[in-house]
Amino acid sequence: MKFGKMKTQRRNRLFALVFIVLGVGSAVTLALNALNENINLFYAPDQIVSGEAPVGQLIRAGGMVSNGSIERSTTDLKVHFKVSDLNGSTFTIQYEGVLPDLFREGQGVIAKGRLDATGMFLAEEVLAKHDENYMPPEVLGVLEKNAVTAHADNQDSTL
Amino acid sequence: MGVRGQRIFRGYFSLFINGYIVNPAPYSAKLCCIVFSGKFNAVWKWFHKLGAPKSFFEMTGLWLPLLGVLTILLLVTGMVWGLVFAPQDYQQGQAFRIMYIHVPASILAQSSYLMMASAGVVFLVWKIKLADVALQCAAPIGASITFLALITGSIWGKPMWGTWWVWDARLTSTLVLLFLFVGVMALRSAMENQATAGRATSILAVVGLVNLPIIKFSVDWWNTLHQPASFSLTEKPAMPAEMYQPLLVMVLGFYVFFFLIWIMRMRLEILRREHRTDWVRRWYAARTQHAI
Repeated sequence: MKFGKMKTQRRNRLFALVFIVLGVGSAVTLALNALNENINLFYAPDQIVSGEAPVGQLIRAGGMVSNGSIERSTTDLKVHFKVSDLNGSTFTIQYEGVLPDLFREGQGVIAKGRLDATGMFLAEEVLAKHDENYMPPEVLGVLEKNAVTAHADNQDSTL
Repeated sequence: MGVRGQRIFRGYFSLFINGYIVNPAPYSAKLCCIVFSGKFNAVWKWFHKLGAPKSFFEMTGLWLPLLGVLTILLLVTGMVWGLVFAPQDYQQGQAFRIMYIHVPASILAQSSYLMMASAGVVFLVWKIKLADVALQCAAPIGASITFLALITGSIWGKPMWGTWWVWDARLTSTLVLLFLFVGVMALRSAMENQATAGRATSILAVVGLVNLPIIKFSVDWWNTLHQPASFSLTEKPAMPAEMYQPLLVMVLGFYVFFFLIWIMRMRLEILRREHRTDWVRRWYAARTQHAI
């Protein structure tokens, strides 16, 4: 594109357009920054543990279901499980109802509910969050075998 | 297409076929010379020609059958490959196959907006009328594709996440994209004057560009229910080849489908806008075998 030879009028129009887009862009950036907390869909476990999340208000909280932490009631649909960020922060969720298909240990979940004074999260709704990785079931078998027998970091060569 | 345009087009086409594919070495230097020397002007002229409604109409008439065949081939191949032959997912089972519609639709939704807004820039800066036609014709297709992405995402979300919809950043910004497309359509139909409507919709489309990085990076900037991208130009896909190859075919198929429909709508709009001109009358007469 012959930018240098562009007619002044066109160049001015182009600059005006770039200016408008940059202006609107920075306005939106500032607004989104100001609203940052509200745009986050959920509080992470460290925010819950550190007391950043409000107690008694309807919020969403999320994290990974800790292995071996799911305790189901034998008489009703009540279930307790621990949720962590795999980084040391853990809190407990209590829920009564049907869990989504993807709910399992080691899976990300997002719960809507309220924190009580003891730090227990009473959930009204539990959503399963899945990660961006997809693979056939057989590959998982191979991966697990490798993790047991050899180093887990040679996944790439088996894929 | 005029004689001159045809000669230029065939010239580059045969250079491509005879030289570049068969043996690129002796031709690449020549190609560089062409690109950086005065002959580049010929390519530039070709683009200028494409910008005139009449030559656009004549040129694209030749492309349509090719695009149609490509669309069918790619979409059928991708669909059968993805829905039947690709392995199922270790966690989601067969249900993950809706990805073969959802992901291409979402990618195309964003890039069709980018293309529409680019047409807006070209119209505002260079005042090329064809760009206005392109913008007007891209909006309904983009809206439909965005709607498809939202609907398939919702259908996927219910069994996997446990909800049809959450107001997370990715889902909400994609909904805003749909509103932008619909807004462009509404603004256009609300204005009588063609020139004013063209300017107004172009400005709306260009300003809406701000939403694109928000959609793209929403999953990285904020906590969202939606997972990060599995499939991008810059990184290795987060799935094995037997899963992403059909996805790649579907993405290509969606793009070609978009271009096919876009060009068809643009041709119709050109006929509508230029229906009083001689060339349209002549074209119509030749097509219907009637005397004027």
